[in-house]
Amino acid sequence: MNYTPDFSVVWANWPVLLRGLVVTIEIWLPSIAMGLAGGFLIAQARLSRRRWLSGGSLVYVELFRDTPVLIQLIWFYYAFPILVGVQLSPFAAALLGLTLNTSAYASEIFRGGIKSIHRGQMEGALAIGMSRAQAMRRVILPQVVKRMLPAFTNRTIEVAKMSSLASVISVHELMYQGRLLSSTYYRPFEILTAVAFIYLVLIYPGTFLAGRLEKHLARSS
Amino acid sequence: MTQHPILEIKGLHKRFADHHVLRGIDFSVAPGERVAIIGGSGSGKSTFLRCMNFMETPSEGEVWLDGTRIGTERNGRVTYPEKQLCSVRERLGMVFQQFNLFPHMTVIQNVMEGLVTVKGMPKAEARRIAEAELAKVGLSEKHDAWPGRLSGGQQQRVAIARALSMQPEVLLFDEPTSSLDPELVGEVLRVINTLAGEGRTMLLVTHELGFAYHFATKVIFLADGVFHEVGTPDEVLKNPQKPRTQDFLRRFGEFAF
Ligand SMILES: Nc1ncnc2c1ncn2[C@@H]1O[C@H](COP(=O)(O)OP(=O)(O)O)[C@@H](O)[C@H]1O
Ligand SMILES: [Mg+2]
Repeated sequence: MNYTPDFSVVWANWPVLLRGLVVTIEIWLPSIAMGLAGGFLIAQARLSRRRWLSGGSLVYVELFRDTPVLIQLIWFYYAFPILVGVQLSPFAAALLGLTLNTSAYASEIFRGGIKSIHRGQMEGALAIGMSRAQAMRRVILPQVVKRMLPAFTNRTIEVAKMSSLASVISVHELMYQGRLLSSTYYRPFEILTAVAFIYLVLIYPGTFLAGRLEKHLARSS
Repeated sequence: MTQHPILEIKGLHKRFADHHVLRGIDFSVAPGERVAIIGGSGSGKSTFLRCMNFMETPSEGEVWLDGTRIGTERNGRVTYPEKQLCSVRERLGMVFQQFNLFPHMTVIQNVMEGLVTVKGMPKAEARRIAEAELAKVGLSEKHDAWPGRLSGGQQQRVAIARALSMQPEVLLFDEPTSSLDPELVGEVLRVINTLAGEGRTMLLVTHELGFAYHFATKVIFLADGVFHEVGTPDEVLKNPQKPRTQDFLRRFGEFAF
């Protein structure tokens, strides 16, 4: 191998990569936040005694879990507008797709967590006069979040990685900028290595902090 | 007794699918009464108690609390608005066999939780009340412990303090000592005895017949989904009239009064 890497092309284009990173974060964090909130609601529907609610939410969850994310994103960009008659921007389509996808996975985490908390916890809370909503907020959810922290962390990391797929519908995020730069300068080795490194730097602190937090929580009880 | 009842049950039925557990119970509790409920396992003692504070919804019948019917009847169907059930549960404290303490809260937080979240009390005031209740059950030195670090007897005493913190008018105990090691039963029964001394209204499901004898003003033997025999501790535990009750007591063997 007599290829001489030249990383100056990366330094020269760092503002472009930075812009891409900002867009990546703009897709990632909101879709995680909204996906978790949505996932909590869908979990409630899954656990409902009403058949149409639990059945409908099951179909929703399976649709997102049993189809490739890539198709979901492309579908929301190209097919969804035909259905509703409104053209979405690439960014909006990616945000929508990733949010709904996250909500499907998160709902299963919430559902498993809520079911793993003993029935006695809900009863203990109701017996002192709490409403179901208060019991959920004060007694059940804190225990679910604690118990399910590893699963939520994994999901957060997954979504950061999945956000790179938004490049195929031309969202100007990190992966998109990387591919654009590497085909402009014919320096795929340097640029794609740099892009991978930026993802690592973005994701690793989260993994690290979650690990610390988990240990801390495990000690406190 | 001429005093009007704090709790009154009329024609109570409870079915789980086609399993008819409670089959028509009429009953009333006067303020200050202490009722012990005994009966075989699976006879519906817990179900009866849980229908009082609507942990289970009665299939049929009426529950009256201090002269007010719980639930709203419309077109022959009774609904139980959540708001009303919450206030009923505030007024009827419940202590469970498995304690059901909140493991993610310290002892004092467990006892403060209802005051802060349900009654909306400022934390400082809730803490003062919680400290007093913990002192009453003899656990002042365990404020900041996690429930999981306590013995079963201590956990059950925290659960009693948690129920007391809401200043309930009636206390419901569902086999409070059944999941405890024998050497820990005494400390919980002593706390319940103290409450009896304060003249509190209490319903206690128990297998501790010796304790029931000294504790109760009234004993109920539950069998076949009805109150098979009701009377004073002497009547029911010492001179039961019905063969079924006699059988049950005989199978329980000797117990010292
Ligand atoms: N949630 C429930 N669903 C179905 N059956 C139940 C439920 N709770 C209690 N049962 C049944 O009702 C009967 C009475 O139960 P329970 O009140 O717990 O009895 P006890 O407290 O006297 O042991 C039992 O046969 C039990 O299996
Ligand atoms: Mg029982």
